[in-house]
Parts: sequence; structure tokens; C-alpha cells
Amino acid sequence: MRKIRTYNEVDHGTGSQLLEQVLEQRARLQERLASVGRVVAVASGKGGVGKSAVTANLAGAMAAQGLRVGVLDADLNGPSLARMLQVRGPPLEDRAHGVVPPTSPHGVKVFSMELLQGQENAPLRWKEPETDTFLWQSSMETTALREFLADVEWGELDFLLVDVPPGTDKIRRLLELVPDPPVALIVSTPAEISRAVVLRSIGLIREAEVPAAGIVANMTEYLCPDCGHRGTLFRGDGIRRLAEESGLNVWARIPFDPSLGEETDAGAPPAGRDPEGLIGRAFAGLVDRLREAPDGSERGPGGEGDPGADESPRTEEPS
Amino acid sequence: MKFLCLPCDEVMEFAERQLPGDGTLAAVFVCGSCTREMALLTNPMETQFVSSMGVKIGGREVPAQAMEGVRGALEGGSETAFQEPEEQDSERGDDSGHGTPPASAGSAQGPSPVEWSPEAVDRLQRVPSFVRGMVKRIYTDYARERGIRTLTPDVMDTARKELGLEGM
Repeated sequence: MRKIRTYNEVDHGTGSQLLEQVLEQRARLQERLASVGRVVAVASGKGGVGKSAVTANLAGAMAAQGLRVGVLDADLNGPSLARMLQVRGPPLEDRAHGVVPPTSPHGVKVFSMELLQGQENAPLRWKEPETDTFLWQSSMETTALREFLADVEWGELDFLLVDVPPGTDKIRRLLELVPDPPVALIVSTPAEISRAVVLRSIGLIREAEVPAAGIVANMTEYLCPDCGHRGTLFRGDGIRRLAEESGLNVWARIPFDPSLGEETDAGAPPAGRDPEGLIGRAFAGLVDRLREAPDGSERGPGGEGDPGADESPRTEEPS
Repeated sequence: MKFLCLPCDEVMEFAERQLPGDGTLAAVFVCGSCTREMALLTNPMETQFVSSMGVKIGGREVPAQAMEGVRGALEGGSETAFQEPEEQDSERGDDSGHGTPPASAGSAQGPSPVEWSPEAVDRLQRVPSFVRGMVKRIYTDYARERGIRTLTPDVMDTARKELGLEGM
């Protein structure tokens, strides 16, 4: 049998040049994110736990503290953050070096698939061929996320919050794209079914050796808007078990307040509008955790670098 | 991917890329020693798969444009998503201090002006606004780099062929 040289034995700069282009894409992404202090992945794995509302309110709380913050809505198929942060409207500036993201009334830079689609609430569709879509759709969505990261003129930011869509594979996509592992916020509810799914995402985060990760316990209790009574919303103790089984600390507990959902959906996240309110204080505490989060030069989640590592997993009910 | 001419044991050079129709991508490679040519043909699904990665077989003739993958592939992109090209910068180096120019964005500084003939403007207006700014920038850069002062439909046709911009 004749000997055919291997790819690497052929020392030649030409060919398809696909690898060179992929490396150029990575360089472009790295250069863009060099002006971003920290990337924060707001993830869960489970749908319906309130990730986007947490993202919008966290951004509002950060902006209220004078931090420079951007929000990337990585939920390409179900985007909502352009509406939650009131940035739908004027056309985007299309510059030679990138697209200028719109800024919300709260001072948050936002980019979302919502800003590009012609028809509101239309399902995300890519051009032909329509057959065998499953073979390339994931690759196209990864390209879209990469372009949202690299081709938006984010400028100087303290935090870039990435709202990661449901599905444990989606967090992996982000982890593989960004040059440095992000801080991970894992959003869950006390419901038992959330815990089981969220644990899968935490497994991926551990493999990626993110410098810091914490749990955001959403809908931990119900606040009656009329009498102020606090009651249990979910009977499960999923948050306590999640903290114990994952070894992560609970960085914030967000009560379920009907006005939180209504106001956030209407484009006025209460954490930014009323930083001294119950919701505002919960998110302000989360901002503090993130400001203290290690940058990767220390230990992984739950290690000494974790700002909550000096505590046992917080399992107590809020007072 | 590299293509090796087995009789010569030489790597074949990329020569040309075409979209001959029905979703096929043709990439032509030639052996520098024996001049043998071969064409890599991909079916529509394979073409889309390569395209979805944001790469071009044989390399790029033009720098990567902002969000070119999404803008080229999104079905139903908003006609009002982006500002009209007339309202924005189309000149390299004018980023008004926003952001950091990516390394691949090109290096032409102090550009000479390129005029668009009325016929070329007409043709540009027929390009969907979702990608119009990106297309205008590519043609303007093409003309500037070749010292062409006025962009005409003929120049646009030549650029399309040379740059592999079928569909623009």
C-alpha cells in the first residue's frame, strides 16, 4: 500500500483554510471580550424557572449601582429580554467593526434575536435547505451566539450577563465559546423536578472549571400583594437538596411577587427601579456576590475562591 | 481540508469557488506541478453546514462582516433592523470611538472617497436592507482597494465574481 502523508505532515499554508478561519473567529471574539470585566452565565437547564426575569432584574440592579452592564439574550428561539429591558424600536447602527447595541432606559446595553426578526413572535427559521435541518441547525445557532458575542460593540463593561436558554447543552455551547470561563448563576426553584434537571447543568459547569458559581433560588416564597403575608409556593425542598448535592452556595433567594413578573414583562424590572424594596435588596445582595467572585486565578466553585465558601450551603428558610 | 495530488505528492492550491446552482458549492483546486484540476462539490446540506460554521472553503476574499452569518441565513430578517447605509459609516476607520476594531476588520486607513453612480445606487437599493449596509461596505472596500473612484453596476458585477458574492 502506498504511503499517503497525513494532514499535519503536509506543511502547507493553503487548503480549505477552515482551521485558520475558525482561529480568526476565536481571535475576534477574544478581542471583543477583552473590554468586558466578567461574563456571567445565567443558566439553569430547566425552563420556566425565571432565568430571563432574573437576568433583567440583575441587570437593573447592577445599573442602579452605577455598574456598566450588558445583556446578551442567548435564547435565540424564545427571546424576551429586548422587551423586558425596553430596547425594541430604533434601527441598529451597523458599523464597520460591529453592531452598536441599543441601550435600555436603565442604561443597560442589550442584544437579542428579537432585534433582528421582522415579525414579532415569529419562530426562528434559517434559510434553505429546509431538509435535514437538524444536521446544521445547532452549528448555525452556535455561529449566531458567537456573532452576538463578537460582533456587537459591547465596549467597556463591568459585567456581560448571558441569558442561557433551557437545555443542558446550551450552557456547554457558551462555555466552549468564551475565552475565559464565565461566572455561573444557576437559577432554580424549590420544585423537586427543577433540582433534578439543574444538577445536570451543574455537572457541565464543574467540568468547565468555572471560577465561581452560585445558586439563585427563585420563587422561594409567595408574597401576598394585598396583606403582605408570606407563604410557601413550592412544598419541595429542592433548593436545600440542590445546594447539598452540588456543593454550591445559594447566592440569592428571590421571593415570588406577582408584581415582579408583571413589571419585568412590561419592561420595568423592579430591582432597578426600587433598589430598597424587598426584590431590590435581594438582587443587590446578588450583585455583591458577583463583585466578590474570583476571576479564575483561584479555586473552582465551592473552593476558597467562592465568595460563599465560608458558609455551609445556605438551606435556611428566609426570615 | 487539504487536497494532495498523489502522482506529484503536492498539495493542490485553491483556485476558485462557485455557486453553480441547486445549492451546490464548487471549490476548484489545482496542482502546481502537473496543473491537474479538481472540483470539490458539496450538496445543499453540506454547503449549508459549511456556511453555518461561518467559514468559506478556500479562505476569505473579504474581511468578516459584522453578523454576516446571522444576516445571511436568517429567514424573515427585519427590514427596519438596521439603519439605512446613508445614515451610517461605511468608511473604514470611522468607528467614532465605540468598541475595539476586530483584528480582521481591515487595515485601510485614510480612505479615498468612492462615489456610487446613480445606477449602482439603484441596484444597491434592491438589496434587502437587512444586509444592505454589509453589502455596501464590501463593494466600497473592493473599489477603494483597487483605486476605483466610481462604483458602477459593472464594477459590482466584477466584484461579485472575484469575491464570490453570488446572491449579493
